[in-house]
Amino acid sequence: MSEPITYKTLERAAKQHTGTPISVAVLGNAATQRLSRAFAGALSLSGFDVTCFDAGYDQIDAQILDTDSELYRADPAYILLFLCAEKLLDAFRTTPTAERPLFAEHMADRIRSYLALIESRLRATVFLCDIPAHDDGVFGDYAYSQPMSFPYQMRKLNFLLSETAAADKHLRIVPLSLIMAQHGNTARDERMYLAARMAISDSVTADLALRVAREISILRGAIKKAVILDLDNTLWGGVIGDDGPDGIALGELGEGRAFTAMQSWLKELRMRGIILAVCSKNEEEAARLPFTSHPDMILRTDDISVFCANWNDKASNIAAIQKTLNIGFDSMVFLDDNPFEREQVKAVHPTVTVPELPEDPAMRLPYLLSLNLFGTSSYSDDDANRTAQYIAEAARVKSAQSFADYGEYLKSLQMQAEVTPFVPYWYERIAELSQRSNQFNLRTLRMTAADVEHYASNEDYITLAFTLADKFGSHGLISVVLLKRIPEGWFIENWFMSCRVLKRGMEDFILGTLIEKTGGALYGEYIPTKKNALVASLLDSLGFEMYEIDETGKKQYVLPAGCAAKPTHIKGTAPDPGQNA
Amino acid sequence: MTREAVIEKLNEIFRDVFDDESIEVTDEMTAEDIEDWDSLTHLTMISEVESAFGMRFKMKDISTMKNVGEMIAIICASTN
Repeated sequence: MSEPITYKTLERAAKQHTGTPISVAVLGNAATQRLSRAFAGALSLSGFDVTCFDAGYDQIDAQILDTDSELYRADPAYILLFLCAEKLLDAFRTTPTAERPLFAEHMADRIRSYLALIESRLRATVFLCDIPAHDDGVFGDYAYSQPMSFPYQMRKLNFLLSETAAADKHLRIVPLSLIMAQHGNTARDERMYLAARMAISDSVTADLALRVAREISILRGAIKKAVILDLDNTLWGGVIGDDGPDGIALGELGEGRAFTAMQSWLKELRMRGIILAVCSKNEEEAARLPFTSHPDMILRTDDISVFCANWNDKASNIAAIQKTLNIGFDSMVFLDDNPFEREQVKAVHPTVTVPELPEDPAMRLPYLLSLNLFGTSSYSDDDANRTAQYIAEAARVKSAQSFADYGEYLKSLQMQAEVTPFVPYWYERIAELSQRSNQFNLRTLRMTAADVEHYASNEDYITLAFTLADKFGSHGLISVVLLKRIPEGWFIENWFMSCRVLKRGMEDFILGTLIEKTGGALYGEYIPTKKNALVASLLDSLGFEMYEIDETGKKQYVLPAGCAAKPTHIKGTAPDPGQNA
Repeated sequence: MTREAVIEKLNEIFRDVFDDESIEVTDEMTAEDIEDWDSLTHLTMISEVESAFGMRFKMKDISTMKNVGEMIAIICASTN
């Protein structure tokens, strides 16, 4: 297991300035200089060239209320807001007794009004730390049943802040209280608070900074999409080929509960939208047997999107799984109890995440949970249906093999596309697809749900969300285009598409829609990234003319007058009114 | 622990915390003498010294130590 990253490491990293430029700010009611340094360092380790504005000790009011403050001039994309319990306790103590039961409500109102001010001036996401447990020792344990007490009001405040975040897409709650609990007695140092108003220790500061930096990477698309699972001694105890279905440890047998607990967690991840695949050295028939017939198996055949059981090496099988799923290696996690297999996979696919599973099955799930690998920044019911979509995809692949002519096959799919502007139903889904799409993404501009909402109500943009269905089932939302008004016509500000629907004619269908909406005065740009070579020639192939290319590979395009989209086998349909309500 | 051993260890810590390999601590040395020694690095140095020597300063010591000599005296007193 790797060593934890310390505050000192982050402080050093903060001095590095390479990578993607990013502007952030830290505001707090305690001393935040060290948090700012650690935050800059953590972002620097994630590949950002950081400009970090630190507001200084207890400057929240001044920076947010003053319309010409350094905060607004710094124009940060992310703001880390840190409220320490000690200062809230000072405020609580100066609150008249009669008003104390309303302390949390009033504080939440104040924070909401600050957020509204920030949102009116900046397009920033605010990361607000929750309030760590802080017992003021006045009511004893009765405090937790008594609204007059400070601990009761802090619990309520934390709940109100989460409730605010659930309704406000610009706000994210950071579980500082969880980090503090993980650090136990070393989470804070009373001397440091008294001497320097430092409310959290360096180790907590480092973990907090790393955690928020990770959330920012997730907002910008660095998410895990699939878990690839070994079977013997990973999903169950023992070897199915030797021990048979009655002999493997699951449920009450042997160490079975540890494996059952792991499966239950994987099942929850699957229901959250993480794809599960199997990669096992086994005879396929034997490997499948527990999934269909073992009464203690939590994972069943229809939880697994790709089932790969053979005697090939695992790296080759993972390459095959990657091809079927069409997602990046860096979005995959590989779980295997065998260090030899892990090393082989790591050597061939260095970007696959390969946790060093503890030998004791009982310790594996706690270890995996501590890695916090499966962060996300949105959730919709499309996620829950993802496994079914991939299984339908496997059926399509089989069906395609039976047609001699690809055009005939496309025709047989009876594809129906639907196009709608950005409406509230789609906000979260569009944000999600924006974060997931790396390959088919012309400019790789990520959108949060708040951004989506902003574009939806702005007349300088044409917003288009595309869904696709065929006789095998619905793909859900598969592509998004954002057109920006420019003097010459319309510029393709953003276009991304799910790779699930490549080679269906969807690009041509979308171009047809764009021409219809704009009369054909269309301009576009391709910004190369490490991952989007797939669309490097997309605009050329659609009939656009490139008129400029710079040294970074950025290409500028214009659609020649009179250019039309190629015909497709996709039928456009009117939107389902239920989704636009 | 001898005074010499304490000084040797402090040299290592100071060079690391203040990012300067040429530092040789002396009794008279203060924050004035080292470029990177500010109120923030002061606290890093304090916690590094505490974990290196397995001791804890009192709050009064953290804010009132006048020079490195006083710190060495406190470390020696707490580790002997």
